Parts: sequence; C-alpha cells; structure tokens
Amino acid sequence: MFYRECGNYKATYREDMAIFPIPLDKWGIFVILILAFLVVPFLAGHYWLISIIIPFLIFSLSALGLNFLTGYAGQLSLGHASFMAVGAYASVILYSRYGVPFLPSLLGGGLVAAVVGAIFGIPSLKVKGFYLAVSTLAAQFIIHWGISHSRWVSGGSVYSTVNTPDLYIFGWLVDTSMEKYYVALVIVVIMVLFGKNLVRSQIGRAWMSIRDMDVASEIIGVSQFRYKLLAFAVSSFYAGVAGGLLAFLYYMAANIEEFHLHLSFRLLGMIIIGGMGSVLGSFLGAAFIVLLPIFINRLVSGWGALFPVDLLANLELIIFGGLIIFFLIIEPLGLARLWLTVKDKLRLWPFPY
Amino acid sequence: MSFNWLFVLEVTITGLLVGLMYSLIALGFVLIYKASGIFNFAQGAMTLFAAFALVSLSAFLSLGFSLVGVLVIMVALAYVVERVMLRPLVARPALALFMATIGLGFFLEGVAQAIWGTQPRGLDIGITETSYDLGGILISKMDLFGAGLSGVLLFCLVWFFQKTRTGRALRAVSDDHEAALSVGIPLRSAWAITWAIAGLVALAAGILWGTRLGVQFSLTLIALKALPVLIIGGFDSVPGAIIGGLIVGSSESLAEVLLGPYVGGGIKDFSPYLLAVVFLWARPYGLFGREIIERV
Repeated sequence: MFYRECGNYKATYREDMAIFPIPLDKWGIFVILILAFLVVPFLAGHYWLISIIIPFLIFSLSALGLNFLTGYAGQLSLGHASFMAVGAYASVILYSRYGVPFLPSLLGGGLVAAVVGAIFGIPSLKVKGFYLAVSTLAAQFIIHWGISHSRWVSGGSVYSTVNTPDLYIFGWLVDTSMEKYYVALVIVVIMVLFGKNLVRSQIGRAWMSIRDMDVASEIIGVSQFRYKLLAFAVSSFYAGVAGGLLAFLYYMAANIEEFHLHLSFRLLGMIIIGGMGSVLGSFLGAAFIVLLPIFINRLVSGWGALFPVDLLANLELIIFGGLIIFFLIIEPLGLARLWLTVKDKLRLWPFPY
Repeated sequence: MSFNWLFVLEVTITGLLVGLMYSLIALGFVLIYKASGIFNFAQGAMTLFAAFALVSLSAFLSLGFSLVGVLVIMVALAYVVERVMLRPLVARPALALFMATIGLGFFLEGVAQAIWGTQPRGLDIGITETSYDLGGILISKMDLFGAGLSGVLLFCLVWFFQKTRTGRALRAVSDDHEAALSVGIPLRSAWAITWAIAGLVALAAGILWGTRLGVQFSLTLIALKALPVLIIGGFDSVPGAIIGGLIVGSSESLAEVLLGPYVGGGIKDFSPYLLAVVFLWARPYGLFGREIIERV
C-alpha cells in the first residue's frame, strides 16, 4: 500500500540501469535530502548535531569506503582506521602548515590515504582471505608507529596531536555546529552519490565479479590486480576524506589515538551489521554503532545506579560482539536486507497472495 | 659504542625463549585453522578469559585444582562456541566464520572484563624473577620456565596430532570436511575437541604471559603478535609455527636493541608485522605453509 512498484515496465537498458528504477525511491531520496538540509539542523540541538549526527555522517562515509573493499570487492581489511588516520594527518598538515585551502587539502588527504592503501593492497595480488587480513593488520600497526614516532608529522607536539586551526571555506569561518553539519552533509552527499554510481558502473561490476568468484572473473578478462588495487585505493580515499572530516569537524585535531585497531573493528562491525555490499547498509550500520553506546547509556541510567560505570563499556563490547555473530548467522546481508524484506512485504500489504 | 657480542647473544637467547612462547600462541591458531579451516581471531580474548578465570579461582583453591577448574571452563566454552556459533555457520564462506570469531573476541573480552573488572591482576605461580648466570649471559628463570612449558606442550600437541587416532581424525577433517564425514568421523565433536585444545593452549599462554605482564587487557594484543608468526611460518604448519615464533621472538628483541636507539624505540610493536609484510610480498605462504595452486 505504502510502497508501489506497479506500472514499472522497463523498456530500455537505460531504464533498467537507472539509479532509482522506481519513482517512489527517487522522491523518497529527495524528501530525505530536504529533511537533512532544511529540517534536521533546525530541529536538532547543538549536542545532537555535534556529538551524534556529524560523527554518524562521517563514519557512514568511512563505512562506505570499507564496504567498497569488503562488501563489493570481497577483500577483508582490518586496517581501515589507519587509512583514516593517514587522511586526517595529511589534510590537517596540508591545511595548517602549507596554507592549502580546506577542500583541496581534504582531497589531498584522501589521495595520500589512497596511495598508502594501495601500497598495503599489493599483497592482494598473491594472497587472499586471512593472509590479506594480516597484511592490512600490519598496515594498522606500521602506520600507527610511523605516525606516532615521526617528528615531522607531529611537529614536535606531545602525543602526536596536530591541532586544526580555525576552519575557513571560501573565506567563511566555519565554527558553529550548524555550519559544520552543512559542510559534512554536502561532502558526504556528493561522495555517496559518486560512490553509488561507482558501484553501478563497470568498475563496481568488476569488483563484484572478483568477490563472487575470482577465477571466473579473471577468465572473462577482469584484471584482478588492477581492480583489487583500485578497490584498495578508492576505499582508502573515502577513509582518508572521512578521517580528514573527523579531524576538522569533530575532534578539532588529528590524534593517532583516535584511530586505533578498535576503530577498524568497529567499522567492520558497521558494515556487517548494516549490510555488506550495500550503500544503504553503510548508513544503517554507522547509525547503529554510533547510537548503540548512547542507547545503552539511556537504558541503564533509567534503572538508576544499579550498574557500575565500567560495566557499560563492557556491556557495549558484549552487545557489539554478540550482534556481529547474530547478524552473520541470521542475516548475513545485514539491516539493509531486513529493510528490503520489509519493503517486499509492504508492497503486497494488506492483500498478500 | 663498543659492540658487545655477549650482550647481543644474551638478547638473542632471551628473544628465542620469548619466541617459543609466541609459538605456543601461534599454535593455538594453527590447530584451529588446520582442523576447521577457521582463523580464530578470538584466541587473544580466550587467553585473557582463561587467565582471569585462573586468577579468580586460585584465590580460594590450590593451584592444581584451579587449573583443572579453568580447563573445565574452557572445554565448556568450546562446546558452547561449537553449538551456538559454528554449527549454524557450517558451509558458509571462510570469511564469514573469520568475522564471527572477531565478534566472539569482543564478546569474550566484554564478559571477562564485566566479571573480573579492568584492573590488572597479578598471577603468581611460584616462579621467582631471578636470573641464572651462564658465563656472563643472564637468563631469566621465568623465561626459561615459559620456554620449557611451551616446548613440552608443543611436543605433546604435535605428538597428539601425528600419532593418536583422534589427532589423525582431526587432520582428516581439516583436509576435507565431506570426505571425513563420509568415512565416519563426527564433524561436530571434532570441532568441539579442536576448540577445547585451543582453550587449553589459551590457558597455557594465559599462565605464561599473565605471570610476565600481569593479567590485563593487553594479553589480547599478545595474541595479535602471533599473526606475523603464522605468516612467516605458514598458516597450516606446526613446525612453521615453532620456527616462526623463534624468528619473531629473536628478531624483535634484536631490532629493539640494535635499531631502537636510532629510531626512537617501540620497534617491538611493529617489527614482526614489517617482517610479515615482506614475507607476504616475497613468499606468501610462509616457510612451511602448503602452497595452494590455483590454475586459471
């Protein structure tokens, strides 16, 4: 009833490959965008914007990057947080030390991260599965050490923290929570649109063919090396830009301690819970993981001081781990697949066959 | 700076002894990988769990009884894991199983810290931190004990897998699940046994590293150190795990001592990984790993 797909007769390939084959989807996206641009910033207070919505947008972007690599191209990465760290440091250093404007330095951070990611993706030519996972894990440790021990990166400051100066975009000072929200939103929307189109393109199809069966895809002429490296580069580019945004808009500094191994696992958890190989899933997963601690906090604080404080953090770990196992067993395609199931049900509701 | 060969020798020997303890952890990975094709990322969390359980049990039981108690707990855990997590995931891609063990790792870490708290606990098994002096080379008693225990366990496990009926059955399962099933090897109990053995190894590793570093969260990171060992030695090779552990142990202490002063220390944290990446580039299946040939 709510969700109509009738009258949807595709006559050309162009229609079949359209980004939103159903008009209702297109209008739905428009409504969400209008809400995001015009309603959310006025409805949500400072706290919500700064500590929930902005990180949610940024982590969605990063999860989308990981989803390209793991969900679409089928290559597991356990070092995604380190590529975010590279992007964060590179963009902040470009902006604060070399006077590069904000957008080019963000782009530069993404590109540096892409190069680093591609370098650590080289073993994917020879190995796959766990071996590759260890290579990306090595990236996590080596990059962490490299950043925290390099005088040049930290500029001599303690704990390798590089603070971000005031942020100007085209001469406009971005300092209120609403302005930051708009910056994050615009960049995320552009990059998600690009990403959505990327996975629909020939590149995306090549990735999926590698994921589904690498030998067969090589036989039909998909260069494994090129597309795997491309997947690493694109995914690290997204991670790098997300890292830069995180440094500029959320932490106000690039700090290596924020990009620990734990974050890599959280990103992996996001795409497992949200849905692998799905752009929507990256958003759902990021929303879930960002909101989970807040939700647990609210839930438990309702019961008063029944629980000691550090139990909360552990409860989060337990629920996080349990959910990963749960989704892998029950619904490997995650929340995005659940949403599709709901849509399928609604299509026939209330008169199923 | 005069070059002190005796000192380098001492560092190398200490490194080798520590390396044997790495081998022990790496072996936990290799065993599960060989018997079920799963790369068990939760090994570190299991180590933490076992060590915490041992500390809390030994508070009111004698050491022997608490060891038995923890062993029972680890076997029960293996059974639950097989029942709840592995059985529904049979015939799913190896990557899904791998990610499930990551989830299991988080779960166990959370449970262990929720029960026993995040404070580091001391674990005392009656070995004092004294050193033997062998002709100018100081060797810690603790290291010697750890290496000895690791060596004995390694020997027992290798013997178990090569010579006993059960061990052979487990190896058959690792070769081909379906073929093993068709000759009458029960897959489920084979997996449960494998995970129970991994629990035993986790307990041993928990004792050794817990006495060295105190029982705390960083024990899970020790298990991550075992990954380069696996890459260097090969994922599915028991001798590979031993040799790889020795290489990693000695190379990291040597790197720390010889190169550390020049680049600012902390090399220990990542030098094994650097070595592993070099191996991945040059010899992806490690020194002793079975090379999987895929012809296109």
